[in-house]
Amino acid sequence: MTMAGGYAPLDRDVHPPFSHADYKSTALRSPRKPLVPLAHTLSEITGPVFGHDAFAPLDDNLTKNAVKNGEPLGERMIVTGRVLDEDGRGIPDTLIEIWQANAAGRYIHVNDQHDAPIDPNFFGAGRCVSNSEGSYRFTTIRPGAYPWPNHANAWRPPHIHFSLFGPSFVTRLVTQMYFPGDPLLEIDPIFQSIPAAAARRRLVAEFSPEVTEPEWALGYAWDIVLRGAGATPREA
Amino acid sequence: MPKQTASQTIGPYFAYGLTPEAYGRAGICGNVLAGADTAGGELIRVEGRVLDGGADPVDDALIEIWQANAAGRYNHSADARGEVALDEAFSGIGRCATDAEGRFWFETVKPGAVPGRGNTLQAPHINVVVMARGMLLHAFTRIYFSDENTANANDPVLESVEEARRPTLIAAREDSAKGPVFRFEIRLQGDGETVFFAA
Ligand SMILES: [Fe+3]
Repeated sequence: MTMAGGYAPLDRDVHPPFSHADYKSTALRSPRKPLVPLAHTLSEITGPVFGHDAFAPLDDNLTKNAVKNGEPLGERMIVTGRVLDEDGRGIPDTLIEIWQANAAGRYIHVNDQHDAPIDPNFFGAGRCVSNSEGSYRFTTIRPGAYPWPNHANAWRPPHIHFSLFGPSFVTRLVTQMYFPGDPLLEIDPIFQSIPAAAARRRLVAEFSPEVTEPEWALGYAWDIVLRGAGATPREA
Repeated sequence: MPKQTASQTIGPYFAYGLTPEAYGRAGICGNVLAGADTAGGELIRVEGRVLDGGADPVDDALIEIWQANAAGRYNHSADARGEVALDEAFSGIGRCATDAEGRFWFETVKPGAVPGRGNTLQAPHINVVVMARGMLLHAFTRIYFSDENTANANDPVLESVEEARRPTLIAAREDSAKGPVFRFEIRLQGDGETVFFAA
């Protein structure tokens, strides 16, 4: 990483625009003025570092990290993959935080009024840091779909929210992982806000017999690609 | 060559995952970056609100800040300037979810000036990322300080912003009994829309 190039720009064929009419909440929350170009300086190429001592032993196991009086209900699953840069190199030591609905499609959040049961043994949040190869792994419960008020009879496809920092402040990414074969994806305004079909497909995890553990949990594989090194200085 | 993974909105329910203190769980970082035990620097409070295009408060936004310490050094390996003091206890990262009135606040130290490109010096500033339900992609901005007029006038990034919009990046200092408070409003859209960067 050289200071001259900084990081590659956000790929506009990949990332959704701020304004997407089918997702109603973007109407008043989308900046409309052109973004001001910012050549990268120390402010952009540095970023927070989270040591492994910031984690508790069960932080990456959502089936265990909130148990009160039994196992959480639902289909146990493992999601694992690598955090990569645009050259395909693993990104080590990056913080990954996830949160999700329970198997019934209910969040623990105070504002979630969906008439579906709360699971006393499932909180739905976890975190880990990627290892030296960029790999991460969570054990959790497959989330349910849930209704939302965007339009009549709107349901979000089951998803897990992922938050990543990467090696610098500008590699920040918050996204959602989806499940293969889900008919709700075709009609979900948030998923469909991604301009390129290939970029949408990359948010769908792959079912993996290799990751699946016998008599225990289904496995899914999902890699996440963050911005890589910039090729040329973007200074005028 | 793998392509970047697409962004998706943080949604309305991120708080119990990212700022879970209200749920009785420890978060990875909070909105108090510095206190009486922090080595050096001026302790400040940054207070603000996030407003939408209708000037209504955004009550489900997440504000993250990243800053240098009081000496102007980032706590990260890419800032390897040995001659500038590093305070290992000051991480430089902060996170705050907005409340019902769209308000956020941080307690931190005022950052020092940091080098810009070429031989330039950047005025003291805090790097900000804004996320919210209804934002499909995060937005980058910066907080500069109203009591740094000379440094601000020579800041290459502020200079790249059209003059009429520069005030959206400058937090206004108010002195209170508890110390300086810098007020910074983030307007996502409309009149006085905050300058966001293609960082
Ligand atoms: Fe969700």
